[in-house]
Amino acid sequence: MPPKGRIKVTEIYCKGCELCVSACPQNVLGLANDHITVKGYHPATLIAEGCTGCGICSIVCPEAAITVYREKTVTNRIPV
Amino acid sequence: MADYDVETETLVYERPDSLTDLSTHFCPGCTHGVAHRLIAEVLDEMNLREKTIGVASVGCSVFSYNYFDFDFIQAPHGRAPAMATGIKRVLPDRTVFTYQGDGDMASIGMGEIVHAAARGENITVFFLNNTNYGMTGGQMAPTTLPGQKTSSSPNGRDVESQGYPIRVAEMLAKLDGASYVVRRSLDDPKNIRMAKKAIRTAFEVQQRGLGFSMIELLSICPTNWGMTPVSSIQWLQEKMIPYYPLGDYKVHPAIAEIKF
Ligand SMILES: Cc1ncc(C[n+]2csc(CCOP(=O)(O)OP(=O)(O)O)c2C)c(N)n1
Ligand code: SF4
Ligand code: SF4
Ligand code: SF4
Ligand SMILES: [Mg+2]
Repeated sequence: MPPKGRIKVTEIYCKGCELCVSACPQNVLGLANDHITVKGYHPATLIAEGCTGCGICSIVCPEAAITVYREKTVTNRIPV
Repeated sequence: MADYDVETETLVYERPDSLTDLSTHFCPGCTHGVAHRLIAEVLDEMNLREKTIGVASVGCSVFSYNYFDFDFIQAPHGRAPAMATGIKRVLPDRTVFTYQGDGDMASIGMGEIVHAAARGENITVFFLNNTNYGMTGGQMAPTTLPGQKTSSSPNGRDVESQGYPIRVAEMLAKLDGASYVVRRSLDDPKNIRMAKKAIRTAFEVQQRGLGFSMIELLSICPTNWGMTPVSSIQWLQEKMIPYYPLGDYKVHPAIAEIKF
């Protein structure tokens, strides 16, 4: 089973440049065409299941707009 | 407080503390933003934010002081290495870096950078090469490629009348005062990771008092190149990297020992 992850795009920073969209190895990123940001851009968003939380989108994002999370598997889930 | 469930999730990436919460004025996709992000991440990781002074130049990065959340000053065009020299000599315990474009550093500021490197000043220089004067409308820079069309070379750079591009990393590496001189690119995840590693190395060099460090970063300017960000990345890979090969041009033997 590939790891499961998710991202959060902070829309005030995103400028819809699509660098993350073209870099995502799982092809699960796209632009949200249903709304625009305060600056007038269609922001990046997850458009399909399958994000692994690899972090590649955050490495190419020029605006530090993406936060990336990865689900802990049962084995690496340590009690807190 | 974490805004996720630490029991079930790991945080892989979040915006670094060394960036303010302002949205930048950079054009969509401009990799000036990637360079800013990497510098901020490294300063966070090295816990240097409280002891760092940045020197901005004139160009699209002129407002860097708004985006970095630590002490910053803005130098007259091309003079950032001279200002950084003064700051570092007076405050030797601070990490001091300049952030300069190719127009700023390789045209009007060529004298300052060459002499700062020759003196072996213990500062770090980030040199953003996007092959033009981005801020003023995409005019030809010393780094513009042969045949490249810009707003001031509409028929393409003619090396017969306009001369050849300058490979700054190779040139500065020849100076005895330079300790760490490398070229990296901001085009893909692997190269961006390598750029970050070089930024870390440069700051480690400065921390150890090993002298002058310069990182040339190949960067895109979608607006003046007249391309989308994604095609600009391809143009950088196809045209810039062959002319400006990535690599280490000067690594002082003491630097090879550094582990982090
Ligand atoms: C003394 C002086 N001469 C000329 C200018 C006009 N000027 C502003 S930015 C710039 C060049 C910027 O190019 P670069 O350093 O490559 O930065 P970029 O915008 O491409 O990142 C020039 C020539 C100026 N501001 N001051
Ligand atoms: S974390 Fe990886 S898989 Fe998930 S959206 Fe980003 S690049 Fe794609
Ligand atoms: S790379 Fe960053 S700014 Fe560009 S579309 Fe993706 S999230 Fe938005
Ligand atoms: S003009 Fe070019 S260098 Fe300046 S912010 Fe826009 S894309 Fe970046
Ligand atoms: Mg430039």
